[in-house]
Amino acid sequence: MADWVLKGLRTGIKSTAYPQLPEKASGVSPGRPIGTSLGSAKRAETLAELCPTGAIIRDGRNVTVDFGRCVHCYRCHPDEGDEAVSWDLSYEWAADRDQLAAAKRKLDRAFGRSLYLRFVDAGACGACVSEARQLNNPYYNMHRLGFFTTPTPRNADVLLVAGPVSDAMRIPLRQTYEAMPTPKRVVAIGACALFGGVFGPSFVASGGAAEIIPVDVEVPGCPPPPLAILHALLVVVERKPPTPLASLPSAQSREMA
Amino acid sequence: MAVLDQVTNANVAEPLPKLCRKLWKGKVAATLDDDGRICRLTCRADYLVQVCQWLMRDLGFAFATLVVEELASAGLSLVYVFYRDAPSPWAYLELQLDAGMTQVPSISGLVHGPSADWHEREAEDLFGLTFEGHPRLGEFVLHEDWPEGVNPMRRSFDARRRKGRELDITWEPPTVVVAPGAFAMPIGPVFSDFAESAHFLLETVGEDVIRTIPRFFYKYRGVEKIAEGKPVDRVLLLAERFSGTAAFAHGLAFCQAIEAIYGIDVPPRALALRTAFAELERLRHHAAVITGICNSTALAVATAQAALIEETLLRLSCDVSRHRYLFGLVIPGGVSRDINNEDWEHLVTAIGALAERLRDLHQMLRYSSSFLDRLEEVGIVSTEQAITYGLVGPVARASGVARDMRKLFPYANYADIDFAVPVEQEGDGYARLRVLFHETEQSASIIRRALLSLPEGPVDAPHASRHAGVALAVVEAPLGAAFHWLRVNEDGTVARYRITPPSFTNWHGFHLAAENFAFQDFPIILASFGLSNAECDR
Repeated sequence: MADWVLKGLRTGIKSTAYPQLPEKASGVSPGRPIGTSLGSAKRAETLAELCPTGAIIRDGRNVTVDFGRCVHCYRCHPDEGDEAVSWDLSYEWAADRDQLAAAKRKLDRAFGRSLYLRFVDAGACGACVSEARQLNNPYYNMHRLGFFTTPTPRNADVLLVAGPVSDAMRIPLRQTYEAMPTPKRVVAIGACALFGGVFGPSFVASGGAAEIIPVDVEVPGCPPPPLAILHALLVVVERKPPTPLASLPSAQSREMA
Repeated sequence: MAVLDQVTNANVAEPLPKLCRKLWKGKVAATLDDDGRICRLTCRADYLVQVCQWLMRDLGFAFATLVVEELASAGLSLVYVFYRDAPSPWAYLELQLDAGMTQVPSISGLVHGPSADWHEREAEDLFGLTFEGHPRLGEFVLHEDWPEGVNPMRRSFDARRRKGRELDITWEPPTVVVAPGAFAMPIGPVFSDFAESAHFLLETVGEDVIRTIPRFFYKYRGVEKIAEGKPVDRVLLLAERFSGTAAFAHGLAFCQAIEAIYGIDVPPRALALRTAFAELERLRHHAAVITGICNSTALAVATAQAALIEETLLRLSCDVSRHRYLFGLVIPGGVSRDINNEDWEHLVTAIGALAERLRDLHQMLRYSSSFLDRLEEVGIVSTEQAITYGLVGPVARASGVARDMRKLFPYANYADIDFAVPVEQEGDGYARLRVLFHETEQSASIIRRALLSLPEGPVDAPHASRHAGVALAVVEAPLGAAFHWLRVNEDGTVARYRITPPSFTNWHGFHLAAENFAFQDFPIILASFGLSNAECDR
């Protein structure tokens, strides 16, 4: 057993400096498409057509991005420089579903450093589950921020939902939500939980978690990386501001176009 | 039965069509495809059971999948697909039903028949077929609230129609244990940690669990149905995303099926890159399963070490492919993105270092007796059971079945790369862990070999042709053999997409390992299988 202790000590501290400082390591986020000014209206139209989920919307020579609908298929050719949609490597993606409602439904300060989570997989592909699971790994270590999972919904403050909500998970999802004490918050994780993703709505799946239970915070991405989920939890306790889902080309690049 | 007695002593080395003509004269028609890869057998329903018995028991064929199709004019057609753990053509046993006919004899009761058990249950639910003699049909993919007699995979069923099922029918689980103090302990579908949805009913008399009744398909998203009528580039999104932790493997299988139909030649550089990325995914996947096993035994430092390796692999995947789970990388004709010299160097160096860290972790675990005590002789699947249930992947290889699609039906550039298929005999949790560790070593070595001999040239092939066709593609996904049957229409839309993922095959055998064990071992047995419900449920 001494070997393990030694091993642990030798490994040292691996936790990210986020949220105090931004995380600079590469590979922590797949990035996201952002609003872009393109050379021609035709090119903007082509890019909008390439997007299978309608996340890229043409507006003259510009494209705006509804990141909530992005499934990370990379068909908008983020590698191709000027002729493609711009891509940023951010990870603070969590958005308030309804800003007015969010202002009314604040969690008490007491939750700031002690928040209990319940996770429901409502038909997720496994990638969102895996990314949420990474919050427990030493790099992200959500415990240091006061976030814990709980074995019963009766103790949970926040419900995390991934997946389009398959029909067989509708009742378990609603029952979990109803079993939680108030005040409670719901965080929808990933493209499927936001709008059904590539699966829903269909004959066996809904088009997102909001069809079943009220959703407070949305984390876009397919899947959202662990830091984006962490950002969502920080948004819930108001330690970080939310980021809007829609992305317009910057004013400067608009003028140039 | 006279026929069966005769064939028991048959010479299995003889070509299948010849053997068939000799033994089943006038009853079974057999033809070999032009390239000798597929032997098609057709017979009447009366002989189906006998022919399947002959293939599985006497000729050593393993059951791969049952594909039910509803083609334009006639009734349902069934294809029973078999393969052998040796260089041999596939055997497709084809059965055409008359219009309106839904009765088919069940093959689940045969020797090695259980491997077809779940396929028949699924076809009963989704197509409304009745498998005569099957001991347990009904309520499988579609849970009790689904209306009787509505079969979603039939052409007449509209996939866009929301059923809006709301009934909360109380499920009456089928318990069998009768003993003083016996009760059934439900686990799931919602778990306390970050886990996938599934339900397990443990029949117990206290500390000891007598048997486990798993219940799946909480995550059924009808992928095979919603794929129908969609163009192939949209279905590729489904193929990648129905099981995000094995996205590259399933995307690859789908692309290989398209390439087979359209006759696309994938350039050598793309083939080598596909090998490297498929192994990168396997490496990351196995690191995640190892993390799960360490976590299930509450060995905190080992869990942290394995999790660090897993996250490093996720970041590495993101660095070289843009995406942490390799989404959007494989496309029909090649890969969507080449790697540059910088990526190449990063990958080669990082993989070497990670392999070293995994070896180190394995070494430390081998000398942690408290850890081994929890794994050894826990959750045993015997070799005989593994063969009977047609198990695949690391689970089968830990039970002495050296079954690996990369060797049997080489794809990408596996045929050019020398690698070993690790096999263990015990079939317990520790054997499965050892197989996982040995496979990570092999994967790291395959990645290095594929990259060191990476040919120059383009990474995708242009393709324009569009015609109707059908193909079966197979890959060794991280969890084992994945069979993708794809039929496309003339206009380039998908007519039928049948996925047989390894988790579907192996969950069927899970109850074998989860019988007569101490209650606290359940998470360990579960973790040592490391299966995915998203992959199983589709």
